[in-house]
Amino acid sequence: MRESLTQIVYLSYILASVLFIFGLKMLSSPSTARKGNMVSAVGMLIAVLATLVHQDIIGYQFIIAGLLIGTAIGAIAASKVPMTSMPEFVALFNGFGGIASLLVGWAEYQRILTAGVDIPIATSLPIFLAILIGGVTFTGSLVAYGKLSERISGKPVLFGAQQVVNAVIMALVLVLGLMFVFRPETNYGSFIVVIILSGILGILATIPIGGADMPVVISLLNSYSGLAACAAGFVITNTVLIVSGSLVGASGIILTKIMCKAMNRSLTNVLFSGFGSVGSAKGADVQGEANPITPDDAYYVLESASSVLFVPGYGMAVAQAQHVVRELGEILEKNGAEVRFAIHPVAGRMPGHMNVLLAEANVPYEQLVEMDEVNPSIETVDVAIVIGANDVVNPAAREDESSPIYGMPIINVDHARTVFVLKRSLASGFAGVDNPLFFKPNTRMLFGDAKASIQALVTEFKES
Amino acid sequence: MESILLLFTFVLAIFLGFELISKVPSTLHTPLMSGSNAISGITIVGAIIAAGAIGEGTISVVLGTLAVTFATINVVGGYLVTDRMLAMFKSKEGDKK
Repeated sequence: MRESLTQIVYLSYILASVLFIFGLKMLSSPSTARKGNMVSAVGMLIAVLATLVHQDIIGYQFIIAGLLIGTAIGAIAASKVPMTSMPEFVALFNGFGGIASLLVGWAEYQRILTAGVDIPIATSLPIFLAILIGGVTFTGSLVAYGKLSERISGKPVLFGAQQVVNAVIMALVLVLGLMFVFRPETNYGSFIVVIILSGILGILATIPIGGADMPVVISLLNSYSGLAACAAGFVITNTVLIVSGSLVGASGIILTKIMCKAMNRSLTNVLFSGFGSVGSAKGADVQGEANPITPDDAYYVLESASSVLFVPGYGMAVAQAQHVVRELGEILEKNGAEVRFAIHPVAGRMPGHMNVLLAEANVPYEQLVEMDEVNPSIETVDVAIVIGANDVVNPAAREDESSPIYGMPIINVDHARTVFVLKRSLASGFAGVDNPLFFKPNTRMLFGDAKASIQALVTEFKES
Repeated sequence: MESILLLFTFVLAIFLGFELISKVPSTLHTPLMSGSNAISGITIVGAIIAAGAIGEGTISVVLGTLAVTFATINVVGGYLVTDRMLAMFKSKEGDKK
């Protein structure tokens, strides 16, 4: 009886893993993605239900309490969070995943100690990894959350002996960790110290990273939260944890790679040098005359355009302009133009953030195109409208070798027939680099508040 | 031997993960992150066992209960917010329905 029950539990875990895999597979298209997420959630439900009949479980009161409290907090948070705050939300939740894996490792260690049996290396090593990765993920995510939600300064925090301090802590973690791994029964003290040091390490690793690099950090922490679950899986020898944890770990690594490539920086560069704190290179001085345009004239150009490309940056979301932009897009489409939105990989504050913000404003996903998709045919675009984006359309990345952003892939809007740049003034972008795009002969500056400018264009169309 | 088999599973799953995730378009990268975040809450399985193993020491039950709480926040919040996001992704044809 007991034997067959255990088998049913394990078969359910296989089913859950299959559902996770299918769920992720269905994320490959926006049309099936929502169902995919539900498939994955059903997998999780099956895994949880199967675990409840596990032979070691004697009392259910604490499980139910934890489930109820967690569900209440999770559900309220998920329904309240605005889409612009998604990066800090994901960061915080990564942290919760990390601390949960740490606690699982700790609880298992405690349980075996109480039982008074020997702990093999095959168990003590993953316990060490679970508390290390889990701890770093937890505090690192909290710092990322603080920076993204602007509760703490987004500026990189650098102090003199930082690298030395980090190296010393790492060495300590390693020594104490090894002591624990080989003698887990008698090294409770070093175990606790490793937990504390992991937490400190997470903070120290995240504070020197600037706000602009946060997309890389949350991708990386995403990966860590998966790896922590994996380690916890090795601790309790449970395959469903290992499989799901690896899927998440791989996902985070891929996203980290994409983000680094889009910023033309290596991971080590992101992690170990605060952006803007080192670069004194400003690039070649850009001189020239910017050509302003009035909404009136812009309207005439747009009216006769047959292909329009919006290039939104995070500034558009800050101005809450996505809804009027979508309205303008619809009007242009009715007017016979092909309308698309070109989205740079680092346009939002996390991978894919801008797409979510535009989807929230009811832009159909067919109109959202990637940089690599739009660049080869950008010469055929009549009007490219740049809203709240700057560095990601800066031709200096292509032309000026002395520019700090040289080599970063950009959307080549300067190759379009006409470019409208919506901007308050000629100030430089996030990276503090001048933008020669503003002075190109085919560029027209539409000065003023982005939302008001777009609104003015919409009104022009409606009145005609 | 068991740990070798687990390691084997781990390595294969990492490869599978790379294959699966590289097919996700960048449009869906935010829902991918929050959704995979929910999946990493699978650690709830270990947490439930620890919280339910009463009689094997108070400390491990307390730690387990805390773990259940955190992992549940992660799972429930992650899936719900991902669903909220994905519900907003609409196709042009979808509008007519």
